[in-house]
Amino acid sequence: MDLSYTAEEQAFRQEVRSFLDEKLPKEMSDAVREGRGLGKEGHDRWHAILNEQGWLAPNWPQEFGGCGWNAVQRHIFEEECCRAHAPRIVPFGLSMLAPVLQKFGSKEQQDYYLPKILNGEHWWCQGYSEPGAGSDLASLKTKAVREGDHYIVNGQKTWTTLGQYANWIFCLVRTDPDAKQQEGISFLLIDMDTPGIEVRPIILLDGTHEVNEVWFTDVKVPVENLVGEENKGWTYAKYLLTHERTNIAGVGFSQAGLDAVKRLARSQMHKGRPLIENPYFAARVAQAEIDLMAMSTTNLRIISAAASGQAPGVESSMLKVKGTEIRQEINDMARRAAGVYAMPFASEAVEGGNEPPIGPEGTAPVAAQYFNNRKLSIFGGSNEIQKNIIAKVKMGGRA
Amino acid sequence: MNFDLTEERQMLQDSLRRFLSDRYTTSVRNEILEGESGYSADIWGQLAELGVIGALFSEEDGGFGGAGFDISTVFEELGRAGVVEPLLDTALLGGGLIAALGNDSQKELVEEVIGGAVQLAFAHGEPTSRYETSRVETTATVDGAEIILKGQKAVVVNAEAADHLIVSARESGDADSTDGISLFLVPRDTAGLSMRGYALLAGGRAAEVDLDGVRLPETARLGAAGGAYSAIADALARAEVALAAETLGAMETATELTRQYLLTRTQFGRPIGTFQALQHRVADLLIELEQARSAVINAAGHLEGDARLRDLNIAAARNLIGRAGRLVAEDSIQMHGGIAMTQEYELAHIAKRIVMAEHRFGDADTQLERFLDLSAA
Ligand SMILES: Cc1cc2nc3c(=O)[nH]c(=O)nc-3n(C[C@H](O)[C@H](O)[C@H](O)COP(=O)(O)OP(=O)(O)OC[C@H]3O[C@@H](n4cnc5c(N)ncnc54)[C@H](O)[C@@H]3O)c2cc1C
Repeated sequence: MDLSYTAEEQAFRQEVRSFLDEKLPKEMSDAVREGRGLGKEGHDRWHAILNEQGWLAPNWPQEFGGCGWNAVQRHIFEEECCRAHAPRIVPFGLSMLAPVLQKFGSKEQQDYYLPKILNGEHWWCQGYSEPGAGSDLASLKTKAVREGDHYIVNGQKTWTTLGQYANWIFCLVRTDPDAKQQEGISFLLIDMDTPGIEVRPIILLDGTHEVNEVWFTDVKVPVENLVGEENKGWTYAKYLLTHERTNIAGVGFSQAGLDAVKRLARSQMHKGRPLIENPYFAARVAQAEIDLMAMSTTNLRIISAAASGQAPGVESSMLKVKGTEIRQEINDMARRAAGVYAMPFASEAVEGGNEPPIGPEGTAPVAAQYFNNRKLSIFGGSNEIQKNIIAKVKMGGRA
Repeated sequence: MNFDLTEERQMLQDSLRRFLSDRYTTSVRNEILEGESGYSADIWGQLAELGVIGALFSEEDGGFGGAGFDISTVFEELGRAGVVEPLLDTALLGGGLIAALGNDSQKELVEEVIGGAVQLAFAHGEPTSRYETSRVETTATVDGAEIILKGQKAVVVNAEAADHLIVSARESGDADSTDGISLFLVPRDTAGLSMRGYALLAGGRAAEVDLDGVRLPETARLGAAGGAYSAIADALARAEVALAAETLGAMETATELTRQYLLTRTQFGRPIGTFQALQHRVADLLIELEQARSAVINAAGHLEGDARLRDLNIAAARNLIGRAGRLVAEDSIQMHGGIAMTQEYELAHIAKRIVMAEHRFGDADTQLERFLDLSAA
């Protein structure tokens, strides 16, 4: 056992830090810190900056343009990005679709799509969930019927994150209605400009437009857009989900969130003293910090043990549950710290034209973020589903 | 002991519940949320007609209720329906303070409040006072026959709609002293008073109010110079009972929506309410709900008695409801899944009402601290 970073790892951290100092635009880190949206242009711009450095796809194999970093390096990179309030890397193309194409896609698909993910020409969104198929994803109904060299797709996807920015969507569709649920599913790549696709906004409870419904009416998709084999889509979908769960613990986000809570609690007054000195509040902060210290080590233990860098099933489920609980607890403390200034509606408080936000610095977005981040325990496999996985593995067999 | 509502309160509860379930539907309410004014004048008028505002005032003040259980009965119903209309601000705080301190001519406003003709706001909290009720740094200086107000008021709920603001200001004493605080009745269009309004996350509107040398006649003062604190404490006690009851009502709705949803939503070929992991959590919510109900009864039942005991029960209720409310709001959303994250869904609004209620007059931690201080006293 050795808990310290090696000299090389420390040098690497320094390298990342200097890069961020130099290349991360200030208006971008300000926006992230203040909880403002970046818009498509902002995300594209950050991706381009990372791509130029060769750091946009740390989890890709080097042959496809990845960085060749080990788990600890990736962790350091994440940590530094969060600390510097860099925008998060939009995961749909880079961390979800790309690993599937690299493992199951044809050479033509790899050559065509992967470079366009890196250069930003394609913005992908994830077409898995449907109104009737959430946790029970395999019950999905959107169907694709083969007609000559096309599939005709009909149905509806929902909760499609940032679908309003996307020009491509990867979809799970039912190609064999008669097979057992998991066996009749295929994995299709669909150009969102194809006639018959309609994207309708869903406004979330914090007033943000983050997710969408995507409707398909007689949408013609060329058969070469099928990934792998027909009716084998479930295998690819599950493979993708294990990648969706990389960095699932969100340690960097929690660390940045905790720092923000402390900043806020130092500036907010409680009975004439800084809130951070109030023992009730300080105890909450300390408790979260204690949890996070352990989580950080759990995370490193698990990801360094897995040669592939992907946490295996049960452990990744554990990281998901605990990591999201900690993040949500930190969001709760942030809204507490803001006191009465948690009450203003952030989209007005933050985006009210050129006027400064309502309330002291850092208070405006916290309540909206608290509500928005309730999603963390719902998506990516809900925390209940994760516990089912843990229980099935640990309690399902013989003693 | 008797835990039944009186016949009058039972009737009030029934008629208010019926009115709100007929008229204050999710779509009506969502339109109000998107509107400019933060509330519906139409609904307000009908609530007044139903006697809902009158039920919050004693007979002596022109109403027909005003006791702790009148307040809790009304506000529990308002909470169940997620009502955003400013009854707490106009009636309990504004009207209550004028009734407690006003002279006969000032008190004419109370009648208008009960009739639904007037809106009020209590401009008390300041940018750095947080939940401390005696910290008032806004100053009131006598200048001949006039009084000059200077200072800033934070998150003044209903300020833009208010015909009059009831502004607290210090005439003497330290920044956090209970002595030396006065209240002034300030028409909203008084020169020197300006505000920046905004919507609130859980509905309704508030404003940051700036008092830049506001000149008032001495007749604008409510009660004796420097002696308003105990009336403020009384009004806040009533408001906190109301808020606790309102949150209880919202928790009932959240739990019931969740129970219903779990019986109808199917995944894996069966209603998700058949999964024991979820059944136990619903059971937890139902248990906490009964605790919350008792806490509100304790607080409402002590509203008219000894002030220390009253405040102890209020702190206890609001601490318990702060904790239980968070559990109910978060678990209800969680057990619904994505659907509860959408703005237009009833539960989303109800959950916001529950959680954001903690940010008025002190969150669970602040109430715990207050409970311990009062226990030691
Ligand atoms: C903000 C947001 C963004 C999203 N982005 C995307 C996206 O980009 N692409 C996409 O495809 N999807 C996306 N999703 C969808 C997400 O994956 C689903 O919400 C999730 O799978 C849960 O499904 P559901 O919402 O239908 O809830 P349900 O599956 O109906 O679950 C309801 C509740 O029941 C519980 N439950 C279900 N089954 C069991 C069981 N067997 N045992 C115990 N408890 C159970 C769940 O844990 C949950 O608490 C997003 C969701 C949100 C909220």
